[in-house]
Amino acid sequence: MTGRIARLALAATIAAALTGAPARATDTAVKISNFTFNPPQLTVKAGTTVTWTNEDDIPHTIVSPPAIRSKALDSDDKFSFTFTTPGTYKYFCGLHPHMTGTIVVEAATGDNAPR
Amino acid sequence: MTTHDHNPNRRKVLECMTWAGTGVLWTVAGGVPTSLGIIDGALAAEQKGFTFLQISDSHMGFDKPANPNAKGTLEEAIERVKALPAKPAFMIHTGDITHLSKPSEFDDAEKIISQAKLDVHYVPGEHDIVDLEIKLYKERYGRGTKGPGYYSFDANGVHFLGLVNVANLKGGGMGSLGDEQLEWIEDDLKGRSASQPIVVFAHIPLWTVYPEWGWGTEDSAKALGYLKRFGSVTVLNGHIHQVMQKVEGNVTFHTARSTAFPQPAPGTAPSAGPMKVPADQLEKMLGIASVTFKQNEQRLAIVDTPLKA
Repeated sequence: MTGRIARLALAATIAAALTGAPARATDTAVKISNFTFNPPQLTVKAGTTVTWTNEDDIPHTIVSPPAIRSKALDSDDKFSFTFTTPGTYKYFCGLHPHMTGTIVVEAATGDNAPR
Repeated sequence: MTTHDHNPNRRKVLECMTWAGTGVLWTVAGGVPTSLGIIDGALAAEQKGFTFLQISDSHMGFDKPANPNAKGTLEEAIERVKALPAKPAFMIHTGDITHLSKPSEFDDAEKIISQAKLDVHYVPGEHDIVDLEIKLYKERYGRGTKGPGYYSFDANGVHFLGLVNVANLKGGGMGSLGDEQLEWIEDDLKGRSASQPIVVFAHIPLWTVYPEWGWGTEDSAKALGYLKRFGSVTVLNGHIHQVMQKVEGNVTFHTARSTAFPQPAPGTAPSAGPMKVPADQLEKMLGIASVTFKQNEQRLAIVDTPLKA
C-alpha cells in the first residue's frame, strides 16, 4: 500500500509539474471515520490532490463514476486523487453507499492555472 | 455421515450447545418460520424435521480489536455445527465470508467451513466482491448462478432463492437487487403453487431495518410483491451482526448473528462499525442459526444459538 501511495503521490507531483501548477500547500485530506467522510463537502482549486484516510475498522472505498474508483481501503489505508478538471464530483463508498461526499473543483486562477 | 438419532444424550448435547453457542438452526414447518426458545429447539430437533443451518458474516481476515481471532470463532461455530445431534440437510451462508475478498481469506473460510461436511449455499456480502468484477467470489461459489451470483433450488418441497443485493450499489442508496434480478425473481416464482414454502436468503436485510446506516434494500418491495401470494415466506439475512426478527403477513424476516464480531443496535452508536465488548461477552454475541421445517405445521422453527450463552 505504501508503495502504491508513494507512486500515486509521485504521479500527482508529475501531473502538477506537467500542468505547470506549483507544488501546493493546498493539497488536502478527507478523513473517513464512523462511516462518514470528513469534511463531507470540500471546495478545491484544480490541480489539488485530495487524500482520503480510512480511520474505521471496516474497509471503505471512494467511488465517483466514471472518474474515481478506489480499491478497498483497510484501516489506515490512504487513497489520493488529483482533481485537474473543474466540476462537482459527488462520491460515495461503494460498500456502504449511504456514505456520500462532494468535492467541488474550481478553475485555478492566475499563475496556478493549469494549462 | 454419522447420525445421532439414537443418541440418548441428545437433550444434554443441546443444552451444551446453548452454553457453547453457534448459529441459527432453521426448521421449516408448513410455511412460516418461528423463533423458538432453545428448549423448543431441542424438541424440534427430536421431532426430526427437515433442518438446515444458517451461518453469516465470517469476515475471514478481520483482526481488529472487536475480535482479533475471527478465524477462531468461525472454527468454534463449525465445531458447534458438527456437534448438532440431528445433522442439518445443508448450510446457507448469508455473505461476508471474507473481510477484503482476498484469495487467502476465501481459502481460510473454505478450509474451516468444509469441516462441517455439509453442502453450503452461499450468497455474497459487500466484503466478498471488493474486486469489482466479482471474479474471486464467482470463481468459487458462482457456478450455475446468474448475474452477480443469484440462483434458486428446491429441497424437501421448499423453494429457496439466494439473492444478491450488494452489487452495483448507487451513491446515497442502500442494498439493491436491480431490475435484472427482480425480473428473474418474478420469472422464477411464476407457476409455483402458493402453498409451497419459500425461503429467500440474501446478505443485506430485505426489509428496512435502519436506513441511516444503509440497513435495508431499496428495491426489495418489488421482490416482496412477487412473494405476496405465497402462504409461507421466510427471509434470512446477515449484514447487521445481530438477531432481529419481524413478521409481516405471511412473511417472516430474520437476521443472523455474525461468527466474527458484533455490531451495535440501530442508532445506539455513532456508526455501524464493529462493536468492542469485554472479552467474556464476545462469544455471547456471535453465533449461528438453525431452521427446521416440519410438514403440517404452520411455521418454520428458527433457533439462534450464540457461541456462548
